Amino acid sequence: MGTEGVVNASARAEVLRRIRAAKGGASGSVATRRQWETMARGYRRSASRERRAVIELLEDRLRDYDANVARVTPDDVGAQVALMLEARGKRRIVIPTGLAAEWVPRGFEFVLDEGMSAAELNEVDGVMTGSTVAIAETGTVVLQNVAGQGRRATTLVPDYHLCVVRVEDVVETVAEGMERLAATAELTTTFFSGPSATADIEMTRIKGVHGPRFLDVIVVE
Amino acid sequence: MSDLVLDPKTAPAFPIAARAAMKDAQLRKNVRHATEVIQAKRALVVGEMPDWQELREAGRQIRQHTMMHLDFYLEEFERNCMRAGGVVHWARDAAEARQIVTALVKASGSDEVIKIKSMTTEEVQLNKALEEAGIRAYETDLAELIIQLGHDRPSHIVVPALHKNRHEIREIFRREMNLPEIGDRPEDLADAARMFLREKFLRVKTGVSGANFLIADTGGVCIVESEGNGRMCLTLPETLITIAGIDKVLPRYQDLEVMLQLLPRSATGERMNPYNSIWTGVSEGDGPQTFHVVLMDNARTEVLADEEARQTLNCIRCAACQNACPVYRQTGGHAYGSVYAGPIGAILTPQLQQMHHAQSLPYASSLCGACYEVCPVKINIPEVLIHLRNKVVKQNGALNVEAVAMKAMGMIFRSERRFRAAQRLGRMAETPLVRKDEQGEGWIGWLPGMLGGWTQARDLREMPKETFREWWEKRGGDGN
Repeated sequence: MGTEGVVNASARAEVLRRIRAAKGGASGSVATRRQWETMARGYRRSASRERRAVIELLEDRLRDYDANVARVTPDDVGAQVALMLEARGKRRIVIPTGLAAEWVPRGFEFVLDEGMSAAELNEVDGVMTGSTVAIAETGTVVLQNVAGQGRRATTLVPDYHLCVVRVEDVVETVAEGMERLAATAELTTTFFSGPSATADIEMTRIKGVHGPRFLDVIVVE
Repeated sequence: MSDLVLDPKTAPAFPIAARAAMKDAQLRKNVRHATEVIQAKRALVVGEMPDWQELREAGRQIRQHTMMHLDFYLEEFERNCMRAGGVVHWARDAAEARQIVTALVKASGSDEVIKIKSMTTEEVQLNKALEEAGIRAYETDLAELIIQLGHDRPSHIVVPALHKNRHEIREIFRREMNLPEIGDRPEDLADAARMFLREKFLRVKTGVSGANFLIADTGGVCIVESEGNGRMCLTLPETLITIAGIDKVLPRYQDLEVMLQLLPRSATGERMNPYNSIWTGVSEGDGPQTFHVVLMDNARTEVLADEEARQTLNCIRCAACQNACPVYRQTGGHAYGSVYAGPIGAILTPQLQQMHHAQSLPYASSLCGACYEVCPVKINIPEVLIHLRNKVVKQNGALNVEAVAMKAMGMIFRSERRFRAAQRLGRMAETPLVRKDEQGEGWIGWLPGMLGGWTQARDLREMPKETFREWWEKRGGDGN
């Protein structure tokens, strides 16, 4: 490629020259891509459990991270949301555009995020979103910047996150999860596995530092 | 307390620094506790993976393949990152990287930055350069905050403040955050950090980060973390500046399926760390609208040029080798005189110094191989250590004491007559040094001159009164 847009072309040329000198020549596109294809990938790349067991594994892992988890049918999502918000004492909840209307119960104040500032997000009680993929083996939920999940700040600044996961989006292994994400790889993406945590002080795991400290997950069958 | 600097150019040799560390009982207790906890957690979550060895092999192959085509993948990353709205800079060395980042922060119109924990910024001593330019840098990782407020330096790649216990941390917070009443439960301390930093997250307009992975085929950057401070720095500022070693590139997005399994289990003993963030250039209405990446060499190409040592670059900075190392577990990280401590530091640091400094580090190992066994990308650290020892000896010239001694030994070992004579001589020469224990066994606790290196940390048995050869000859030597 040309160096148009590169800020310091001489440093760029020098670093690339050093790399090529160090390994004995430049790498071509065709040979490099072909070699990538031949790498050994003997690890698990598909599910080995029954579907029911995969969903249960996800729920176990999430509970392991101190999240509250409930499994409901599609008709009961709104009622479950109301139960969880009530139990947590949360009233003012921010939601991204495109969140399923039937998931949003009456009796609470839902604020639609249309570019709220970080300071405004800091004032709400929590956030509620859907999700793109969930990985059972690691208890991970993946969010992308799409309808119903929204931009990253929304699920970051509030102290409480209620996340809805559809069973058809649950996979068993990390490899299956990454395969599902491949088509939308360029969207901003956040993987979360439980509430924020730290073990920096004497390796004692403490739940909740800067990200949401409280997490509820609804799994929809 | 003056700010401690971990600079291999000025640090004392490892054996000298280690001796001081060994006398600090509190430090050793803290390090032992932390490394034992992480090791136990790691063993548990690695043990539950039936395909761990296959993952390690895939990890090794991906990293090795990347290094052999580093020019191709860096150019591909650059192209894709720029297409998505990022600006890519190249830095030949640490000075150039500091200069670029400082200029970018100034151009962003801010005189303060929030920072995500980054070993690369520690390597180039970025905070000092920013400070000299009148820019205030706030570390936001809890451990890095402890280090920064305590005017300390990181002693571990993943848990940089593991050498401090809760009481020591409370003292630092009490003093630096002006919180006279703060408790010393880890929860109290984490809460204090949350309060202290939230205002900065909401206010500061420029963020600085490192990178765990640069993804060539998408132009994306991936950061893994626990606390959410990383997400704050990546998401809330208007300008984000990421500085990454050229070794951080990954060929394809799909390769994350290997790295995101190997890294968290090896680093913190978790199945997955609480947060992974992936972003590609600039995303309208979501996060910083100005994004810069600085790709830094800083002697990594020197490492790449050494065929036997280039596997050092495969490192994904999980620190499993530090936790497993019987030397690190005794001395902690500061004795290595480098931000990269432990086994990986012992091979990485001298090479990043083009073998001009940190020459004692390749010897800071018993070559037991524990580091190799836990390495998620199968870097054969003992092999590289021996290779680097060889380089150190060669570099010091044919007339240095060790080379001369080895040459003399070679001459003695080549001739039976000379070997026997040396054994007899040795038995006579050792006599004044041998002392008997209660069982009547002879031990040598001190040897003169250069040989003293051997007895500095262990006793040597006295030579047997009779060698195998002598015994064999006495009993007829016919093999029956």
